[in-house]
Amino acid sequence: MEVFDVRVHLLWSDILIFILVASLLCFVVSVLKNPLARGRWAKVFESRIGAASFMVILFYVLIALTDSLHFQKRLEATAESTDVHYAPEMTSVLDLILAPMLDRDEKTYSAPFAIYSFAKENIESDDGTVVREFPRLEHGGSHITMEEQHVADIVVKSLTAIGWTLVPILIVLFIHHWYIRKEDSRLPWPVIYFTFAAIVVVSSWALQMSQYYHVLGTDKVGQDVLYGAIKAIRTGVLIGTLATLVTLPLAVLLGISAGYFRGWVDDVVQYIYTTLNSIPGILLIAASVLLINVYIETNPEQFKLLSDRADFRFIALCFILGMTSWTGLCRLLRAETLKVSQLEYVQAAHAFGVSRWRVIMRHILPNTTHIILIALVLDFSAFVLAEAVLSYIGVGVDSSMKSWGNMINEARSELAREPVVWWSVIAAFILMFTLVLAANLFSDRVRDVFDPRMSGSGDNS
Amino acid sequence: MKPLLHVENLQIKAGNTPLVDGISFSISAGEVFALVGESGSGKSLTSLAIMRLLADGLDITDGDVRLGNDSLFALTEVQMNAVRGRRIAMVFQEPQSSLNPVHTIGRQIGEVLALHRGKALREDIVALLEEVGIPDANARINWYPHQLSGGQKQRVMIAMALACEPELLIADEPTTALDVTIQKQILELLNELRRSRDLAVLLITHDMGVVAEMADRIAVMRHGHILEQAERSEFFVRPEHEYSRQLIHSLPQPDDYLTETEHAPLLEVTDVKVWFPEKRGVLQRVVGHTKAVDGISLKIGRGETLALVGESGSGKSTVGRAILRLEDTESGSIYFDGTRVDSLSRRAFAPYRKRIQVIFQDPFSSMNPRMTVREIIEEGMLSLGLGGSSESRLQRIETLLKRVGLDASHLHRYPHEFSGGQRQRIAIARAIAVEPELIICDEPTSALDVSIRGQVLSLLQELQQEMGLSYLFITHDLSIIPHLAHRVAVMRNGKLVEQGNTHSLMSDPQHEYTQHLLAAVPRIPEHA
Repeated sequence: MEVFDVRVHLLWSDILIFILVASLLCFVVSVLKNPLARGRWAKVFESRIGAASFMVILFYVLIALTDSLHFQKRLEATAESTDVHYAPEMTSVLDLILAPMLDRDEKTYSAPFAIYSFAKENIESDDGTVVREFPRLEHGGSHITMEEQHVADIVVKSLTAIGWTLVPILIVLFIHHWYIRKEDSRLPWPVIYFTFAAIVVVSSWALQMSQYYHVLGTDKVGQDVLYGAIKAIRTGVLIGTLATLVTLPLAVLLGISAGYFRGWVDDVVQYIYTTLNSIPGILLIAASVLLINVYIETNPEQFKLLSDRADFRFIALCFILGMTSWTGLCRLLRAETLKVSQLEYVQAAHAFGVSRWRVIMRHILPNTTHIILIALVLDFSAFVLAEAVLSYIGVGVDSSMKSWGNMINEARSELAREPVVWWSVIAAFILMFTLVLAANLFSDRVRDVFDPRMSGSGDNS
Repeated sequence: MKPLLHVENLQIKAGNTPLVDGISFSISAGEVFALVGESGSGKSLTSLAIMRLLADGLDITDGDVRLGNDSLFALTEVQMNAVRGRRIAMVFQEPQSSLNPVHTIGRQIGEVLALHRGKALREDIVALLEEVGIPDANARINWYPHQLSGGQKQRVMIAMALACEPELLIADEPTTALDVTIQKQILELLNELRRSRDLAVLLITHDMGVVAEMADRIAVMRHGHILEQAERSEFFVRPEHEYSRQLIHSLPQPDDYLTETEHAPLLEVTDVKVWFPEKRGVLQRVVGHTKAVDGISLKIGRGETLALVGESGSGKSTVGRAILRLEDTESGSIYFDGTRVDSLSRRAFAPYRKRIQVIFQDPFSSMNPRMTVREIIEEGMLSLGLGGSSESRLQRIETLLKRVGLDASHLHRYPHEFSGGQRQRIAIARAIAVEPELIICDEPTSALDVSIRGQVLSLLQELQQEMGLSYLFITHDLSIIPHLAHRVAVMRNGKLVEQGNTHSLMSDPQHEYTQHLLAAVPRIPEHA
């Protein structure tokens, strides 16, 4: 597809993420139609923590989505040929937003907000002698002429950035508060306003400051760390959701059938998951990743671009992660189903001649959803963390792909330096921590509302 | 005589809601004082307040409790700990969960002894076990709780309570979880102990029969108030308060029998066996069977109620489940309306699902908590293809709800918004929605308070007359049988021991076990 002077090139993972968003929208529509489900979900968002953590998650997802619209830029036509060529590397819509951070590479490491490089270089001074000195950065703080201005400049620029952001936000919130907002809404608006303002201010500040400085420093090859960390959001969010989605059908189907039908079905399912559980997960994942690498090497014609390869490896990793970690949820669901299927309402349904499929769909599945929902969000955080661990031991996502795991992996040597290069590991940590914390808080809230044993008392906090 | 325990103007609040509102009573040594009330009346809270064991969030806002000369609320926590166990001991409802499953009973009793006396001698423990009537105490001292029956566990609990020779024993529904025959034994034991030890007993119960057997003085509690306090003889002859009269009359009169008429046969069960295989080893070979039902034959006619009576574990519920085809039968035959149904395939049995329905014991687990009342009642109609269009179904559900005494506006509520009695009404509406001919009632009233029990039972009887329903009424509660069932069958260990018409069986039981059962039922004095 060619639009203007770019060629839209969607990766497989892009397509998957949009299918995911579409199905999520369908789910939201179905929830809105059902007044009861709507009431339940409303309860989730009526709590302060639920609303705030959801907004944070939404922000991450939005970043991941804008980062999933890929295209290739057209290259300048060269003199020899009139053919149209496109850049081999992918650009995403997010890259356009993050333009201030792009193309401002330094030579090597530099600390956050630094104006000098982190490594000494040979510099020829005016009188012709060569001295080893920390050189000024090419881009970071290049507008500063006198060193004494440095701190003052950061403060002034920050305040201006925050001020210029706060004013429009306050106006928007004010208008919403007085004119749009409905009186009977029970959502915790102050918290929503605050979270919204905080997210916008922080991101706008980072973006504006990036025009002048490297807010979180630069890495070994001089790339902006903040840019890398933000690009890694897509990897983290995707690996969390895709891997969870792979585990879900397996765990739900096998777990509920084992618990409901019992007998030989139960035996088979238990046999499968005990076997799978007794093989170290890392070993399985490492072996599968190696297999995929071999596949990529032997079929180069399928992967024309570097990013196609990285993407294939990434999807495969999600799949393998999912395949190796459904056993926990499966076990939980089997136990819960064993319990639920002995309850009298299931017996009553049997006495009414309700078909087995309907019993599962109407009675067993709804009464195990709280477990599924909890597992879903906990697994999500676990996969985000697992990606970091796997990349650290070298079987994670492709090294050309920005990911928190890769950042932490590189930090291995950075942390051994003297003085320590701490900013890339901190950047990865902060972004990952925020996402995982928000997901966990949200899952807590969802469980409180959906757990039938807690119904009636679910409106505390 | 100076009272041993004196409770004065006790008030317990949760936040600003008073749960116990200014109650006063006193108990003397050697006296059994019964605190009677339905669930939620505040009787258990009172006992916990005396022990100062109230949960967080509940506060004693007023009043005083004196034990002998000490005011319990004025003691420090350390002093109070010395009172608990040594001067006041408690026996709880559920012996199953009150004993630690990983220690022997001897060790558990010894622990209490050691705590209060410094050391525990084996002889003391054996003596205690003998006192509470554990046979062969010398050997059983090394047994684990799971090796004992429910009644024996309750005896061990009593032994633990008595270990430190308390002055006051608080028994919180001590026999509710036990079978009638065991209940009788435990009550006799308590009676004996209070005489031999001159023990004051605070008996908390909802069962007027138990009260009539045991108590010297009675206090009726409702909504946190004591409505009436009286001596036993006074109380049953001349109850002052309207609510007390209601409670006493909720016990069915023992001689109020249904008149038996001829019934055309509907269900015929012949020599049915339900065996559960015991599987062992890797290959899951069947090594033996648990004979839950071992050769049962019964008949139910149209419009007739057959009560199936037995203690827990006698297999009576399994009979009901076998008729519903929720369990497979090992051998024997079940005829329904002239057709043999036990060998039908799942599909071929489907039409009979409409004709045989069930009402379960626990109104809390018998309804899917995620479905509205409408969905719950509609489920069977949908599954069996009844009720026509959505509108006519809705209309029918509304009629049904009104019939069982609920409001049509309840349609879109969830089960947890209803009380136990209301839920049981919904369960009844669900069962009659498909217009069955036979309903298996599996202990439908045993989880309900007495006053509500009466209402549910009379609803069932009205429905029987209106719709010509037959009931297989599975119960352990003999007191409700006379005015409910036309015939009775008594079950024990998977076998029927006696069967016959209610009047003759209850007044002139032939089998030893039936006699035993009937004798164990607590009764209100005849002149009441």
